[in-house]
Amino acid sequence: MSLLTTTGLTAHYGDFQALFGVDIALNEGETIAIIGANGAGKTTLMRSISGVLQNGPEMITLSGQPIGGLSADQILPLGLAMVPEGRRLFPSLSVEENLLIGTYGRKVDGYWSLEAIYDLFPILAERRNNPGTALSGGQQQMVAIGRALMSNPKVLLCDEISLGLAPVVIKDIYAAVPKIQASGASLIVVEQDIGQAMKVADRVYCMMEGRVTLEGTPDSFSRNDIHAAYFGVSA
Amino acid sequence: MIWLDTLVQGILLGGLYALFAAGLSLVFGIMRLVNLAHGDLIVMAAYLILLLVTLLGLSPFVAAAIAAPLMYLIGWGLQKHLLNRTLGTDILPPLLVTFGLSIALQNALLEGFSADSQRLPTGEISTASVDLGVMTVGVLPLLTFGSAVAVIVGLNQLFYRTELGRAFRATSDDPTTASLMGIRPSDIFAKATAIAMLVVTLAALYLGMRSNFDPNIGPARLIYAFQAVIIGGLGSLWGTLAGGIIIGLAQTIGAAINPEWQILAGHVAFLIVLLLRPRGLFPRAFD
Repeated sequence: MSLLTTTGLTAHYGDFQALFGVDIALNEGETIAIIGANGAGKTTLMRSISGVLQNGPEMITLSGQPIGGLSADQILPLGLAMVPEGRRLFPSLSVEENLLIGTYGRKVDGYWSLEAIYDLFPILAERRNNPGTALSGGQQQMVAIGRALMSNPKVLLCDEISLGLAPVVIKDIYAAVPKIQASGASLIVVEQDIGQAMKVADRVYCMMEGRVTLEGTPDSFSRNDIHAAYFGVSA
Repeated sequence: MIWLDTLVQGILLGGLYALFAAGLSLVFGIMRLVNLAHGDLIVMAAYLILLLVTLLGLSPFVAAAIAAPLMYLIGWGLQKHLLNRTLGTDILPPLLVTFGLSIALQNALLEGFSADSQRLPTGEISTASVDLGVMTVGVLPLLTFGSAVAVIVGLNQLFYRTELGRAFRATSDDPTTASLMGIRPSDIFAKATAIAMLVVTLAALYLGMRSNFDPNIGPARLIYAFQAVIIGGLGSLWGTLAGGIIIGLAQTIGAAINPEWQILAGHVAFLIVLLLRPRGLFPRAFD
């Protein structure tokens, strides 16, 4: 049984339908990547899974339990955390407080703790008392990832963690992914950077206009397949 | 020497206004909700204390200690079941609902307690004073000011030293992302209003011991509180104390010049600060 599934997932913003029956599955210990152009519905998919948007209860399951109708604050304790698009650090909180807020109101056991996060991203230990938003973009992204890890999630959603960062910084951020995988978390990585997604993922889903247009292991499709799935036209 | 006395009296009066304002400031800082019924809730708490004093023969301080948890629960329920429903992108619903609440509270108090002016029995404390050499200062105003400082220090500790305080600040910054951290914003808002009602109870205690009150004085207390919050900068607790002191000073100085100018002087001070510093003296760095 898959750890996380979406089945016929639909999502709406008012009258506008953003997802048209999306089926994805994440197996235990696996990393999947969701690629697609702007407006393909990747972030909507992440917002639906994390509970920011609510859906039909049975449309999303986590460990077999329907979670589609739950809100984000109800889903987090079940073991699903998200690194939101644009990092979204809390400006009123210091770096350390931003990390600590990831365990709000709960005692969590597991690999990830403040020390483990500082071990993963040592620069954050030096900056622990700075306001979160005073850091560089890459460092802010590290805080956002650390904040999500603090709850020791079974499933970690990473929405566009490379967006707006310099290639050398992206390399640093992605260097953390194997360590996160080794801690036992399963990952869903949303990426516009196809090369990065192919490197990190066990399986890839490509989305276009609110639908999954391609699915498989990174080595199973050609450049042309991706081009067609990504843009709707062949190269 | 009369001027020194006036200044000290003004600062101490500012403590009372800061107590009126601290709860308002707390709630606005966390959820951007302007509670127009804040003054009426203070008056309601004063009647609750009066009721306990009269029925059980308690001292006002003991009665306030009993009223505080009751007000906490009232605040929690009010936010959870009424005010949370009004929060959203539109700023009008919370204003309309709290305005309605204000009118409903005034009329309910009028119905229950009549329009007669009331006062909490204070015994000797209302006339007791401390001799500071150059002047004498009333114990009650000193106690009021001390309580105001204690409340501001306490709320700051809560905000910056506790997990709940972190959640308050995070929710204030970004409720959606806070919910991704397992925080339920509606619960945080309910706790914030409940804590504000503890401060309201304290404000009611000193209001009732220092002056007469009747069911209709709430809106005027709201104005002073609101002015103190705006002068200090929205969401800044120390700013709220400073705002209260400025209003208190302006009123006392105005009254020293001409007794008719007391209230007017407070409003003029408010307008001058608004003109010079439209965002208040200690505005938040980001919003």
